[in-house]
Amino acid sequence: MSSSLYEARMRRLRFVVWTFRGSASGLLGLALVAAFLLLAAFGPMIAPYPADATGAMHLAQRLQPPSAAHWFGTDEMGCDILSRVVIGTRTSLWVGLVITAVASLIGVPLGIAAGYLGGAPRAVIMRVTDVFLSVPGLVLALAIVSALGPGVMHGVVALSLVWWPGYVRLIEAKALTLRSEPYVEAARTMGAGHAWVLVRHILPNCVSPLIVKASMDMGLAILAVASLGFIGLGARPPAPEWGAMVSVARSYMPDWWWYSFFPGLFIFLTVLGFNLFGDGLRDMLDPRSARS
Amino acid sequence: MLRWVAARLALLGLMLGGLVVITFVVSNITPSDPAALAAGPDATRDMIETVRREYGLDRPLPEQFLRYVTDLAQFRMGRAVQTGNQVSDDLARYFPATMELVLLATLLSVLLGVPLGILGAVRRNRALDHAIRILAVSGVALPAFWAALLLQLVFAVHLGWLPTSGQLSVATAPPMPISGMILLDALIAGELGVFREAWSYAVLPAFVLALPSIAAIVRVCRAEMIEVLGADHVTAARAHGVSGGRVVFWLALKNAMLPTLAMIGLRLGWTLGSSFLVETVFDWPGIGLYAVSSAIASDFKPVMGVTLCIGVTFMLSNLLIDLAYGWLDPRTRSA
Repeated sequence: MSSSLYEARMRRLRFVVWTFRGSASGLLGLALVAAFLLLAAFGPMIAPYPADATGAMHLAQRLQPPSAAHWFGTDEMGCDILSRVVIGTRTSLWVGLVITAVASLIGVPLGIAAGYLGGAPRAVIMRVTDVFLSVPGLVLALAIVSALGPGVMHGVVALSLVWWPGYVRLIEAKALTLRSEPYVEAARTMGAGHAWVLVRHILPNCVSPLIVKASMDMGLAILAVASLGFIGLGARPPAPEWGAMVSVARSYMPDWWWYSFFPGLFIFLTVLGFNLFGDGLRDMLDPRSARS
Repeated sequence: MLRWVAARLALLGLMLGGLVVITFVVSNITPSDPAALAAGPDATRDMIETVRREYGLDRPLPEQFLRYVTDLAQFRMGRAVQTGNQVSDDLARYFPATMELVLLATLLSVLLGVPLGILGAVRRNRALDHAIRILAVSGVALPAFWAALLLQLVFAVHLGWLPTSGQLSVATAPPMPISGMILLDALIAGELGVFREAWSYAVLPAFVLALPSIAAIVRVCRAEMIEVLGADHVTAARAHGVSGGRVVFWLALKNAMLPTLAMIGLRLGWTLGSSFLVETVFDWPGIGLYAVSSAIASDFKPVMGVTLCIGVTFMLSNLLIDLAYGWLDPRTRSA
């Protein structure tokens, strides 16, 4: 690599960091995402009562309000809600990651095929995508889970199956415009094969929008899994999953408000974090579509 | 224009076909034996086989699909275990309540989202604008079911201003069903007391359902207004002494409305799709609650019925928006 190219890259990197530093909301997003990643990695070590996430029972101290010993109070089994919520972070981030990864692994190749090849493949792929987009994803996921039966894994499968069409749309539009870029046409006339053009020109240019969408979708997927958990089709209650916790807590609602408040707050903060982070990423990776 | 409408209708037919295929495939992915499920937990092997023959479940898949399509064409979607009714009858009964909630939420999101978007654009980068933007980002991230529980806690339990859940109190006689939507029917019948009561039940769930849409509309409206307010013709108008209010409401808002309208249409589908969460918290007797309670009882025929119903409504509303858009802006017709 020539030194001028290296310098240009470094300059760009500095510019990116500079843009991100200027965005307060992007930084807040970054902080939230980093905090939740830490909780996911070290949750069982940080949680004050890790055994409470795996079905311990302390009936003497059930449904206690927040206190110095239990910052978020205790639930109907006497378990420490803080510990359960902290340990639940790993489940939520993990399912969000799996759904986003599977959706992009299905969606990106299809989108590139549709956008780059054009013609009949494009027509077929885009029609199928449109059909999937014609039903709200959460409803279709509900239908799939009700056919498969409740459970976190089934929820993840269902949501992955309904999540990919957005990626096809995004990448297809991008690949379609890239296909007729002068440098792509130049590469083709100079004898570059399709594989070369795809790997060297199309894919690298799809990375930025993909990262932005994936970051936003992490939050939305976590929210969707929690929603399935809340209606009783996701994780089964003793498991420390945020949505399922709110679902159980609902029946203790007016008097024991902290039980549903804190798991819900964690869902909100995670989703908010990924949204703000994705927004900040868009501002720096794709300055043209940045908001004024 | 006519050819364009015809093409759009043909596309709708194609999409409907696709939706039917999807629901058929989903109904066939159950890991458990559908005949055994239908026959009940205590059925003997013979009984299961009888059910299998009776329902045509022993036939090859293409034949089953054909049967599924002809049944659907006659609105036969099977029987719901919980209610004991035909799924199509249940859908007809519960659908108006969901539509009432969705339409009210859409109305609220426009009435709150557009003014907030304008305010943000006019007071750009001031404290109020920042507050509105924080609100807009939070609206998307807020779990609807959690927001619903918290608002119930504040407005129904602590302040006692609004009822907790349901559509009307048991003591109140609902108005004569014409549209099936209680608010509308009460207005038609001229029963203002019933209308006021129904409103107090509906406003909280509709608001929760509207939150993500409010956020989306604020964002689009604010961005568009900022762009139009910076355009040359607006500057020219200001230079000619046109008053600030007239510039904002007459010149800018008119131009900013088209993308905002598109967003409103887009959000309608999402509102419809997430209504089941809100219906669950507020015991709102719509198709969302119906789908959830059926799904928990692992009775998936009603769930498929609801999926089809929401899919069709979504497609029809998209078609209407497309047509309206093509009528307003002829450039979009070529697409």
